[in-house]
Amino acid sequence: MSTSEPAIAGRFGPYGGRYVPETLMPGLIELEAAFAAAWVDPAFRSELDALRRDYGGRPTPLFRARRFGAAHGGGAEVWLKREDLNHTGAHKINNSLGQALLARRMGKRRVVAETGAGQHGVATAAACALLGLECVVHMGEVDMARQAPNVARMRLLGARIAPVGSGTRTLKDATGEAIRDWVANVATTHYILGSTVGPHPYPTIVRELQAVIGVEARAQFLAATGRLPATVVACVGGGSNALGIFSGFIADAGVALVGVEAGGSSAGHSAALGRGTPGVLHGSYSYLLQDGDGQIVAAHSIAAGLDYPGVGPEHGHLKDTGRAVYESVDDREALAAFHALCRLEGIIPALESSHALAWVARRQSQSPALDGPILVNLSGRGDKDLADLVPESGGGGA
Amino acid sequence: MMQLERTTRAERDAGRKALVPFFTAGYPGEGAFLDLVRAAADAGCRTVEVGIPFSDPVADGPLIQASSLAALRAGMTLRRALALTARATAATGVGAVVMSYANPVLRFGATEFAAAARDAGVVGVILPDVPHEEAAPLRGPLAAAGLPLIELIAPTTGAERVARIAADARGFLYLVALTGVTGAVADPAAHAAQLVGRARAVTDLPCYVGFGVSDAEGARRVVRDADGVIVGSALVRLLQSAPHQTAGVGDVAEFLQSLRKALASPAREVRT
Ligand SMILES: Cc1ncc(COP(=O)(O)O)c(C=O)c1O
Repeated sequence: MSTSEPAIAGRFGPYGGRYVPETLMPGLIELEAAFAAAWVDPAFRSELDALRRDYGGRPTPLFRARRFGAAHGGGAEVWLKREDLNHTGAHKINNSLGQALLARRMGKRRVVAETGAGQHGVATAAACALLGLECVVHMGEVDMARQAPNVARMRLLGARIAPVGSGTRTLKDATGEAIRDWVANVATTHYILGSTVGPHPYPTIVRELQAVIGVEARAQFLAATGRLPATVVACVGGGSNALGIFSGFIADAGVALVGVEAGGSSAGHSAALGRGTPGVLHGSYSYLLQDGDGQIVAAHSIAAGLDYPGVGPEHGHLKDTGRAVYESVDDREALAAFHALCRLEGIIPALESSHALAWVARRQSQSPALDGPILVNLSGRGDKDLADLVPESGGGGA
Repeated sequence: MMQLERTTRAERDAGRKALVPFFTAGYPGEGAFLDLVRAAADAGCRTVEVGIPFSDPVADGPLIQASSLAALRAGMTLRRALALTARATAATGVGAVVMSYANPVLRFGATEFAAAARDAGVVGVILPDVPHEEAAPLRGPLAAAGLPLIELIAPTTGAERVARIAADARGFLYLVALTGVTGAVADPAAHAAQLVGRARAVTDLPCYVGFGVSDAEGARRVVRDADGVIVGSALVRLLQSAPHQTAGVGDVAEFLQSLRKALASPAREVRT
């Protein structure tokens, strides 16, 4: 199911494109053709579906968060799409499994990936272990420290971690290093990009692989309630979990789509859509955080997976056309929502996903509150965050 | 014909191999940068490549990344880099081809950038993250200001693509001699002959080889086939390892002279 299929190859309105060195262009063109062929190949699709079910744990449940809803839902029903219950703990596995299968189909035996929170790195390491592919994950040194349990997981799964000590030492520079690695090794290597960002065809491939979230959620919601949600909410880093769930509802004009960016703190923010301007970063033209001279400005978020100064080009288009709206919540609000879900539902959410919950809590404390049912994409679980949030846990978040 | 191409063709027609050094604008300091361009002119370079520092240079390896970052920390901006380039070209008469990533140029505005670059004496523009498919909206405004957008081909570029890219190329064709980022260790001559062969089949534009040319021997072997070499990371390495800026400039000047000599006596042995 597509949201807004690019009219010109790789463009969503003015956004998207392929701003990469010439060295990579033949590789991107090959990838586009390989994905197009695989996506209409029933054998590829059934292998992916079987892995999603038997290995990944799909379909993930839809759950009504009654106590969270009663406390913070302002009278509206709050439903959670439980992507936190995926194997490896987040929606990222939907993408990694699909792209690892694609890598194997293309005859590439080596995979590189970037990771911020480590969730995409862990998902990719798992998929590579499963399919017998070599895996190298580029990760900023700051993120290695704040997501230590995921570093240990990736190593257990056989991935090599390439620490990134340049620039911000977070997701931005890890992505830059992954691109450089791919430039040097494009003949043997597939780059499993972890979000709906980067040069065409990545924003489309990742959206298609994540669209399963929205397709399932829509059917589950209808089955459970006999109607559609009034509002669908997801956090936005690069934008893959949000586009995944939005995909299921984009054609339902009555369903409001809300993307929640990281408002950060006085140390900075990651609200590329809300407070950024269009430009080119990591291969595509989209909203990003930059200064007046076109230099990229460091992002900030308590959630490593949202700590990125860019955002996927399709979100730029959804914002400009008004089909989706983008707001932000800050670190403190996200933390409060994190604790609320822990206490009220017995679910430890990822700090990234806590941003979506926090938006619900804030919006529903205002009057008039939204009254239709609200569907939140709970993109991942928070085990990875415990070392950082609860020092006495000793980093044993796993 | 645009000015850059008159220069590159004249140099080839005169039987001279071109030596194009790359300097990061304002690195290791503004004064040192001006001295470096002077040293290039003294070594017989007709064209220099000036890097506009960018925070996220995905086509560059650690050396040029570090020089970019150092220049940015010292306050370099696109506007200042152009002003500095104007001083360097006015003082020496060499032509400057500026290398920038797409974002600073888009932020500046393509048309405004083209005019400002022309006014600064710039003769060509390289945008390493703007492949042929994305180039059209930038090529127009640059051409209107008399500036060619330099096209690049890489070892991964197939023959059909080379033809399409070369058809739009002006000034010179930039042959990326290795599959990787700048500064990687590789034998630049390994790919050069094949790349030049592919290019010559479809264009008579001068062909310059860059990425991975790090010593006189490599340069000498590359120009058996190519019309010129572009040397960048090797110069940054000299500047980084020098005890102070003056010594670094001296080391670069000496190195450029040795490259110039090597290019004047191309390798004789015939290898394929
Ligand atoms: C649990 C979780 N949610 C969300 C994100 C943000 O990515 P995206 O916006 O692509 O969904 C991440 C990224 O690491 C994550 O781990």
